[in-house]
Amino acid sequence: MSELTTDTSPSPSGVSGELSEKKFTPGALFRSVRTGAPVAPFLLYVTLGLLIPTVAIINLAFRSNSGKLTWANITTILAPGKMTDGIMIGGQFRAGFENSLKLALVTAIIPGILGTFIAYAIATSKHEPFKRITSACSGVLAQFGGVNLAFMFIAALNATTGVVTKWLSKIGLDPWNHGFNLYKFWGVAFVYMYFQLPLMILIITPAFAGLQESWREAAGGLGASSWRYWRHVGIPVLAPAVLGSMFLLFGSGFSAYATAEALTGGTIAITPIQIGSILNGNVLSGQTHIGYALGFAMIVILLISVVFYALLRRRTSRWLR
Amino acid sequence: MASLELGQVLEHDHFMEEYSRGSEGLSWWRRVHWGRGVALFLAAAYFIIPFYAAMQFSLANKYGQFSLQPLTQIADAPQFLSALWLSTELAVATMVIVMGLMVPTMIYVHLRMPRFRRVMEVITILPIVIPPIVLIVGVDGVTPSWLKASQWLLALVYVVLAMPYVYRALDAGLGALDLKTLVEASRSLGSGWANTIWRVLVPNLRSALMSASVLTLALVFGEFTIASLDGWQTVPVWIYLAPTDDPRINTLVAMMALLGTCLVLTVIVSLDRSKNRNSRRS
Repeated sequence: MSELTTDTSPSPSGVSGELSEKKFTPGALFRSVRTGAPVAPFLLYVTLGLLIPTVAIINLAFRSNSGKLTWANITTILAPGKMTDGIMIGGQFRAGFENSLKLALVTAIIPGILGTFIAYAIATSKHEPFKRITSACSGVLAQFGGVNLAFMFIAALNATTGVVTKWLSKIGLDPWNHGFNLYKFWGVAFVYMYFQLPLMILIITPAFAGLQESWREAAGGLGASSWRYWRHVGIPVLAPAVLGSMFLLFGSGFSAYATAEALTGGTIAITPIQIGSILNGNVLSGQTHIGYALGFAMIVILLISVVFYALLRRRTSRWLR
Repeated sequence: MASLELGQVLEHDHFMEEYSRGSEGLSWWRRVHWGRGVALFLAAAYFIIPFYAAMQFSLANKYGQFSLQPLTQIADAPQFLSALWLSTELAVATMVIVMGLMVPTMIYVHLRMPRFRRVMEVITILPIVIPPIVLIVGVDGVTPSWLKASQWLLALVYVVLAMPYVYRALDAGLGALDLKTLVEASRSLGSGWANTIWRVLVPNLRSALMSASVLTLALVFGEFTIASLDGWQTVPVWIYLAPTDDPRINTLVAMMALLGTCLVLTVIVSLDRSKNRNSRRS
């Protein structure tokens, strides 16, 4: 059979067998190299486009302008500001970091919880076209919204001129008179939820498919009320999936740039915006290495959240197949 | 056998119990339906109100009345067409490169190196760890200046961003095929590899390739971070920089982009589903 498909190269099972036994005779090595050769362009592209830039960030984050190894960039971005003559000096990067973490946390937890309920409501719907439209639109909003969302919310909720602002002020509830500001922290968080909520719906929906009907029947058969079913079966099974998804939302909120930039014109102090203004040259010269250090710090945070996501997902997949 | 009987007994008990608690069970269901209605209604309000508001804002004449006239002004808006052209060029280039790279690699991996899928899966998680705002810092740090001056650098970076979407779409498509049989049949009938890919596999992978292309398209047309930081005026950058004195036009373009992508993706998803259902029936 294998002669028929491949004249000279060995069958895949043969190669993997040799690899796992680690018998690297010259012939086997040659064969495994030849088997692997067709994926070389892909690996080369990933190396050039992803690996080398990442290594460069990590390397340059620890270099001074003259190229010497240093911790100075890292300590600069983590240093708290000092009050001198009533003026805060430095510390803007640390503040940006704290704002970013806060924003990511808020827009992971609230949409994470609400999104679970909405996703459940959609998943249990019997209306197929409705499911299709919501899944397609969730994908668009979660992944490709960016600048468009910012413009949508400016049109809707800008001070006095926003369409929704006008509606609300007619009934005496102008949100801007009640401490709301679209261009400050909570305004940005409100807009972020517009892509975080669909993202949650997108990634938590498969988990409901794994929640088997027979479990509910079994629980009901043993006399459990609906509450007891959720308390002892549904919630424990879903909890890792929900928590894992929240880590992914955290990463998405932490690294979003387009929406915040377009919404606030770069005035909100969060890490991605600060990286952007360094790249745009809007800061003191000689700070390019600070940009690398900020990029490195973001990678560290995102790596941690992805590791938690992966661990929780492994736990989830034990139940939800 | 014993367990089956036990199951039947339990089922009977369950039935009896349900019967006796009938009214309570019913009220619970009513509560759930009610809760679901509220959840869906609030979600719909949150998503539709700003959308409707932005449409009302942009589709209006000078006096604030509804008008379709702004639609006709889009094409005349300064620099819009050149932004649209740049985005189109980048989308085509990205699509050609990412497909040329991923389709043969994925077919080969599915056929010969199934273990390598583990390695490829890593790329689906990397864009979360290295998001565009971080990637561009590294890319700017290592790219030679002649390439930095070229618009095609964007396409090369977009290929990296598109890889996860293309990977997922193709992986699902290839997983649903009996790849080995198709390839063996084609090869034993004497066709070469290129012919097998082009005339046997590509037609079978049509819907996977289509969704991969549409996702790539949506990505390139929506990408703002890298384009703006490298100073290229693609459509999203045009929307933001607003070289027009009329904010309605920018908002309208933004809304059209969102709506258009939603529509196209819904159609793709529907085609995919109906095709699957037909094949299951036959």
